[in-house]
Amino acid sequence: MDALLRVQDLQVEFNSRRGTALVLNGVDLEIHAGQTLCVVGESGCGKSMTALALLRLIPSPPGRIRAGQIMFHGEDLVSATEQRMREIRGNRISMIFQEPMTSLNPVLTVGDQIGESLRAHAAADAAGARAQAIEMLRQVGIPAPERRVDEYPHQLSGGMRQRVMIAIALACRPDILIADEPTTALDVTVQAQIFDLLRELQRDKGTAIVLITHDMGVVAEMADRVMVMYAGRVVEQGTTDQVLNRPGHPYTRGLIACLPELGSSRQARRLPLAEISGVVPSIWELGAGCAFRERCPDATPRCALEVPAMHTLDESTGHAAACWLLHGGAAA
Amino acid sequence: MLAVAWRGGGVSEDDTPSSAPLLSVRDLTVHFPRVRAGWFTAPEVVRAVDGVSFDVERGTTLAIVGESGSGKTTTALAIMRLAPVTSGAIRLGRTDLGSLQGETLRQARRRLQIIFQDPFSSLNPRERAGAAVRSPLDRMNVGTPAEREERVAELFAAVGLRPEQRQLFPHQFSGGQRQRINIARALATRPELVVCDEPVSALDIAIRAQILNLLSRLQRELGLTYLFISHDMAVVEHICDQIAVMYLGQIVEQAPRREFFAAPLHPYSVALMSAVPTVHGGRTRAAQRIKLVGDPPSPIHPPPGCRFANRCPVAEPACQQTLPELRQAAPDHWVRCHRVDLIDGRPRAPLQATFT
Repeated sequence: MDALLRVQDLQVEFNSRRGTALVLNGVDLEIHAGQTLCVVGESGCGKSMTALALLRLIPSPPGRIRAGQIMFHGEDLVSATEQRMREIRGNRISMIFQEPMTSLNPVLTVGDQIGESLRAHAAADAAGARAQAIEMLRQVGIPAPERRVDEYPHQLSGGMRQRVMIAIALACRPDILIADEPTTALDVTVQAQIFDLLRELQRDKGTAIVLITHDMGVVAEMADRVMVMYAGRVVEQGTTDQVLNRPGHPYTRGLIACLPELGSSRQARRLPLAEISGVVPSIWELGAGCAFRERCPDATPRCALEVPAMHTLDESTGHAAACWLLHGGAAA
Repeated sequence: MLAVAWRGGGVSEDDTPSSAPLLSVRDLTVHFPRVRAGWFTAPEVVRAVDGVSFDVERGTTLAIVGESGSGKTTTALAIMRLAPVTSGAIRLGRTDLGSLQGETLRQARRRLQIIFQDPFSSLNPRERAGAAVRSPLDRMNVGTPAEREERVAELFAAVGLRPEQRQLFPHQFSGGQRQRINIARALATRPELVVCDEPVSALDIAIRAQILNLLSRLQRELGLTYLFISHDMAVVEHICDQIAVMYLGQIVEQAPRREFFAAPLHPYSVALMSAVPTVHGGRTRAAQRIKLVGDPPSPIHPPPGCRFANRCPVAEPACQQTLPELRQAAPDHWVRCHRVDLIDGRPRAPLQATFT
């Protein structure tokens, strides 16, 4: 199947007084219509930066895309003009953020904010935009949309605000919806409602979803494919089943094991949680070798010398992980 | 290694018999009056905590779970005397915490400490880590300055920080390390009760396990008693001995860990558990989930009947009329629901998740 969007060897650098740091280093990914790709990893691993790079929203300066391609409908977004990007953002590719209160404008009504992208991209007039805004609110499951459309963000609950964000993002029927931890600030019962809504909208409209999360449980229930990131690199990619049940990278295994899993037999026996020791290294201290080696239970001398290349585990699905142990261990 | 030096401090100052609960809360209410709407109207009252009772046994963990607005954090703050207690009794051992004022209250705070959710905003950015951990000892005038320094070193070792890190400022630590500083500071005065208010919610997933394991180890070594506030059912299942589920200011279910997680009785508890995504459950679990609709009612005008009735999938007309009592459905298993029946003396949950 042809990819809707294909990223190849994406590199993003940030300048500071300490020099230049690569915050994304050789990211490759594909997004397919109607599918959900989950991007997982700890804070600072580059998952939000990847999302911003896809929309060319990297704050610049100090950041910039140093190399790579973002191919979308035969067009390289890396070299597209700012004018062209404005046509794409919120129209063909749109994004929802973690904290709905800070991403909504507090002095504009909900209807104005949904209508804004319709007026900008779909040349809708004021009355048409309002009618469509009401329809979008109905689609995202907000009761009494005719009344809510004239309300302000502070009059809505957290879950309703995130529904409004989704309505704004989907108003122009984008091909790709990027959701950066959309439910982290929400209660778990509300999170379940939001995920049901995203699944339903995806089924009806065929939207591709890129979901950034740190919760492996969320990955298990939302993702078709998973990409695990660490220190600016992709360390594992594959189908959800492969990555969760047959992880190839020690970091992926660690992320799954350290999670207390509701109702599991480990929980019943109250065994201590598996820990990933230490913390993510600073991007200034990466040096040569695998960035995970300091925290890795299986690190070998070779891991300190060379950055491991991606090793394909399953050709047909593209399951691959970047770990020397898969390349035949330390002997190689 | 630290057990010898620490044990003495863990013992209650008022010699409570060890069989009595360390913390006992009865009919706690915390009501916040709002600004009067007009001259002749009575001010509205937000019933944040509305008649909460529980005991916490020495050396155990009681977890209070619930969603935003359930009153779990306000309950914790009221016990710490950081929120105004409207009525009810709070006893720590033999001390009536609720009635203490001024200097006696300040001295009692030695025995109860709190760890907050956000490890950064709960530290003074201009205070070095060592000074932050020492400050409770300075304020309470515990020991000589040399003894305090020694105690700080001991605490740093206990929470897994290096001695030289005492000289660093909060911004020089990672989130997990900052939470370790907060834990060390909470333990400085050798408290008996430690209130943990969402202590791992703001931390990265890989760091949570480190902090949860640390809290478990410290409890084992020091005989600490935890009141653990959380919204995360999986974390609670891991850490607690007893669990209380709150909804709109009231406890709706309370039980020992094993009994609760094997068979939750209240429809809200069942729905809350079914909403948690799991690696094992995946999409099947998502498809079989119990869906809750709507929002909780306002804590200003709670409905006369069961507070969960408007969202409950198994509510009957009677549920809207009268508020159910918190009753004992099985030994130590309390539930506030009209629909829980006893069949052959065993409780049966009116709503069950059908996970395969």
